[in-house]
Amino acid sequence: MADIRNDFVGIKSPNPFWLASAPPTDKEYNVRRAFEAGWGGVVWKTLGEEGPPIVNVNGPRYGAIWGADRRLLGLNNIELITDRDLHVNLREMKVVKRDYPDRAVVASIMVPCEEAAWKAILPLVEETGADGIELNFGCPHGMSERGMGSAVGQVPEYIEMVARWCKANTRMPVIVKLTPNITDIRYPARAAKAGGADAVSLINTISSITAVDLDSFAPEPTIDGKGSHGGYCGPAVKPIALNMVADIARDPETAGLPISGIGGVTTWRDAAEFLALGAGNVQVCTAVMTYGFKIVEEMIAGLNNWMDEKGHASLDDVIGRAVPNVTDWQYLNLNYVTKAKINQDSCIKCGRCHIACEDTSHQAITHMVDGARHFEVIDEECVGCNLCVNVCPVEDCITMVELESGTDPRTKKPINPDYANWTTHPNNPGAAKEAAE
Amino acid sequence: MGDNKLKPGIAAGRLTAEDYRANFSDLHPPLDRHEAAVEADRCYFCHDAPCMTACPTSIDIPMFIRQISTGNPLGAAKSIFDQNILGGMCARVCPTETLCEEVCVRETAEGKPVKIGQLQRFATDSAMNAGKQFYERGADTGKRVAVVGAGPAGLACAHRLTMHGHSVTLLDARPKAGGLNEYGIASYKTVNGFAQTEVDYILSIGGISCEYGKKLGSDIRLADLASDYDAVFVGIGLAGVNALGDADAAATGSEDAVEWISELRQARDLAKVPVGRRVVVIGGGMTAIDAATQSKALGADEVTIVYRGPRERMKASEYEQELAQTRGVTIRYEMSPKKIVTTGGAVTAVEFARGNEEISIPCDQVMKAIGQTLDISVLADAKLKLDKGRIAIDGEGRTSVAGIWAGGDCVNQGDDLTVTATAQGRDAAESIHAALGS
Repeated sequence: MADIRNDFVGIKSPNPFWLASAPPTDKEYNVRRAFEAGWGGVVWKTLGEEGPPIVNVNGPRYGAIWGADRRLLGLNNIELITDRDLHVNLREMKVVKRDYPDRAVVASIMVPCEEAAWKAILPLVEETGADGIELNFGCPHGMSERGMGSAVGQVPEYIEMVARWCKANTRMPVIVKLTPNITDIRYPARAAKAGGADAVSLINTISSITAVDLDSFAPEPTIDGKGSHGGYCGPAVKPIALNMVADIARDPETAGLPISGIGGVTTWRDAAEFLALGAGNVQVCTAVMTYGFKIVEEMIAGLNNWMDEKGHASLDDVIGRAVPNVTDWQYLNLNYVTKAKINQDSCIKCGRCHIACEDTSHQAITHMVDGARHFEVIDEECVGCNLCVNVCPVEDCITMVELESGTDPRTKKPINPDYANWTTHPNNPGAAKEAAE
Repeated sequence: MGDNKLKPGIAAGRLTAEDYRANFSDLHPPLDRHEAAVEADRCYFCHDAPCMTACPTSIDIPMFIRQISTGNPLGAAKSIFDQNILGGMCARVCPTETLCEEVCVRETAEGKPVKIGQLQRFATDSAMNAGKQFYERGADTGKRVAVVGAGPAGLACAHRLTMHGHSVTLLDARPKAGGLNEYGIASYKTVNGFAQTEVDYILSIGGISCEYGKKLGSDIRLADLASDYDAVFVGIGLAGVNALGDADAAATGSEDAVEWISELRQARDLAKVPVGRRVVVIGGGMTAIDAATQSKALGADEVTIVYRGPRERMKASEYEQELAQTRGVTIRYEMSPKKIVTTGGAVTAVEFARGNEEISIPCDQVMKAIGQTLDISVLADAKLKLDKGRIAIDGEGRTSVAGIWAGGDCVNQGDDLTVTATAQGRDAAESIHAALGS
């Protein structure tokens, strides 16, 4: 069995699967159930400053989009930070940590952007025995209107400043949770590092409107005829999150900065992908809000199985392994030629590859051959774009096959075994010119 | 248990009211909104979809299923009715297992086709239950067309002609429209008087003048219609039945299956429909299946279908054969009827030959379902050319006589299905419209 124990900025947990700061981690009852189910850690739902807690709407808090069979693909929410008294939360965190010493308990915190506010809350959190803190600079709704959440996360200088305050006022590791509602994730990540943060976690939710009620003409979720943008999460945001994680992992200025990966993690495979792109662990929310805590069993078993199969002994063998393979477009090998190939035995003849290629791409897949419906790639037209693979309902029916030698039937040019990219391509006006002969 | 459950001979009231209700309830209960949504999500929206090609009326199946999945069942219904105004009945009675669903790529992929028939019913029921009409009578062309036979072919033809603005007179020998939908098909496929509901829905386009109880050959004559109207469409079905020949016997319990089913379909109270304690049905088509399953449903103790050929040659699909079998009917193959045995004027057994062997199956009732025929005498005056005992038509439904079109079971093309008849009626209407316009 592979060793999937996790050490994230010194916080230890039996596996790399944490629950993100969100409704599932709002109180002792849920967190105990999560730990009983096997979750490695939790980031307790965001604590606010002392005093009367914030209030939530009393109508719908969530909007969603679905795939086939109403499978939940994306969820958004307009819920705010915890609406329970700070001391109730702290008390519960303390007993939970006492009862589950091997699990990670991290406190998410969001207080006004003043050092006094942070100074006030940090000792209270520290007293619970929490393993660390996560600064919520991400929530795009509600709290941002009050100068907190993503309002801080969108200003790198604030991130750096608050991170520094926290590092100065607590011994606990500081994780800065980043908002994706910016243009370049590297700037807030660099700011967190500059402020001394131990790690970043990302992504928080994305500003979104999931749907419009076409009877009332109001955005969903609708509160008494009005709606507000919410924070978007779930499987639909995973590609955005992976890209941002990779951006930070391969940025020379933040290279090596620990990352807790968040965004649409639903299966062990999603988790493994985040790890491969540099995340030290993952945080999950929407998947448990859809299926319950039990899914962690699949994640643990699946990750273990994959690591055993591939001979990865521990998480360190996996973390960051894909980072060197993330590059800029200009460095991609333009001499690499592939053609789609349709396995006729698996083809169910739905024709979607044909119509996608015919209507929207390169007219490179047949429809009728000798009077019968038959779908076959025309190598002379195929640019190797992979669209047919993605629209085919049968997994592995269409595969991309590399042409390693010979001639590309489309360009009529010989396959060049050497690597060559855009920076040296003759069509690139800015290409470094070869020395004239 | 009904009072007469095991009463020998032929008797009504073999079952309780509850049994009758259960036995004659909807074969496939309609999908509810959730079930329809789940099923619709299974459709891959194929390009040049095999299901659509397999449909004799070429319904755009991927499109109507997509419309269901996007919450537009009325749009789905219109997609269906545009091609097939009897889409509601076809959704219930089409042998989808040998048409659209047989070629569904999900059948190829998983052996489980999308339930196209049931989705079609969901869509058409949505529109019909909402009383939603999609078509109106076209501007009057001043042309008059006689449609003889108010079965699926005649109804489809009359409806399409009316859309084009022609004045249609719809004539039928029976007291009601619907043809086999009303008088032939097994009742658990079209419960709650659906055949009549559909006729009303189709005729509500308005302007179709219906004359029932007008039998071709006696009340009306084809040659007269041809001269009185601008065009005539003949969709009279197959009124005759094949005879058993020497093996037959006129006796109590010796029945023509088509007639027996027709009486059953028109019965107001199933408890009053008599059926034998032991029933033998001779034949291998849908009529044989429908007669046998409904005999069983009425409380017959033993029901046996006897077919002269091998299983694979039976016209009733494998699905239909299995349906009969799961409902308690025994099917025996490769046995030829030799003699209906009677005692005191009542059937007591049927004797069959299997190779050199003689087999006698005791029964109180024997139903003959060995095929229907066209009564060609009613066509004689108009001199329509025949082909294999049916009216010869071309690809557009034109007969050999100018001004006369034909479609449905009475013609030499197609496969005696409601859906084929509907397609032929519709296409003949287009051909008539084109001819009248020039």
